[in-house]
Amino acid sequence: MEATLPLFYKFHFYLFGLFAVAAAITFVTRKSPVAAAVWLVVTMFSLAAMYVLLDAHFIGVIQVIVYAGAIMVVFLFVIMLLNLGDAEAITDARGGWWKIAAGAVALAFLAQVAVLARFEAPAALRLPAGRVAEQVAEQGAIAPIAGPLFTRYLLAFEVTSVLLLVAVVGAVVLGKQRRHTDAR
Amino acid sequence: MLAEALFFSAVLFAIGVIGVLTRRNAIIVFMCVELMLNAVNLSFVAFAQAYGAAGHVFVFLVMTVAAAEAAVGLAVIIALFRHRQTVNLQQINLLKG
Repeated sequence: MEATLPLFYKFHFYLFGLFAVAAAITFVTRKSPVAAAVWLVVTMFSLAAMYVLLDAHFIGVIQVIVYAGAIMVVFLFVIMLLNLGDAEAITDARGGWWKIAAGAVALAFLAQVAVLARFEAPAALRLPAGRVAEQVAEQGAIAPIAGPLFTRYLLAFEVTSVLLLVAVVGAVVLGKQRRHTDAR
Repeated sequence: MLAEALFFSAVLFAIGVIGVLTRRNAIIVFMCVELMLNAVNLSFVAFAQAYGAAGHVFVFLVMTVAAAEAAVGLAVIIALFRHRQTVNLQQINLLKG
């Protein structure tokens, strides 16, 4: 049992990682915005599974509810509102030089990460292996996040509420129909 | 598991960058930005497994910012569409001299 469980985890981690990458590639290459949005949802579900495998159960749930649920539904609503479902002419990718430039930038990123992946943090920072999983087993999935969120990072949490208020007001102001622009 | 998660995170981020650079549809470019945010979240979660649960708090905050960004950005796209009748980034050049 002890020996087979990590292999099981590892296999599923790779599986969902490959799912996520394949769905992301399909997402970037789709012409229709609706198809692209649905493939992005597939990527987000795979990422949620990876979060769960990385001992972040609560984050995985939030990923499904907030990202795959709320945010992507808003995207689909806007696509529907603007009637872009079959707009082939708009969704053309850019010319060959742009594609080559994009590929070069992506390669540069990947090379950087290949270097960074060998990064070893000082041992003092590193937790003993399996510490987070232990914490989840002891306190449940939410308490290890809620503790620091409401104590150490309370200011960031409060500022986030202001950010959300500003976002709501901004969305309303930007989305408002202005019928009499000259009568102001 | 850290190195693998960072690898997948980097690949997803690179795919998002390719999308932002090559697509013309403003909505798809916007979704690519969301993909990049997701990729960063993955590395946050992976680091949190090794260095403590504070990383999960950052993911939480990043998701909130992403939700706010989606609301405002999509409102901008709708206003833009109302103004120009298109979401093609090639034809949106108000700031061009």
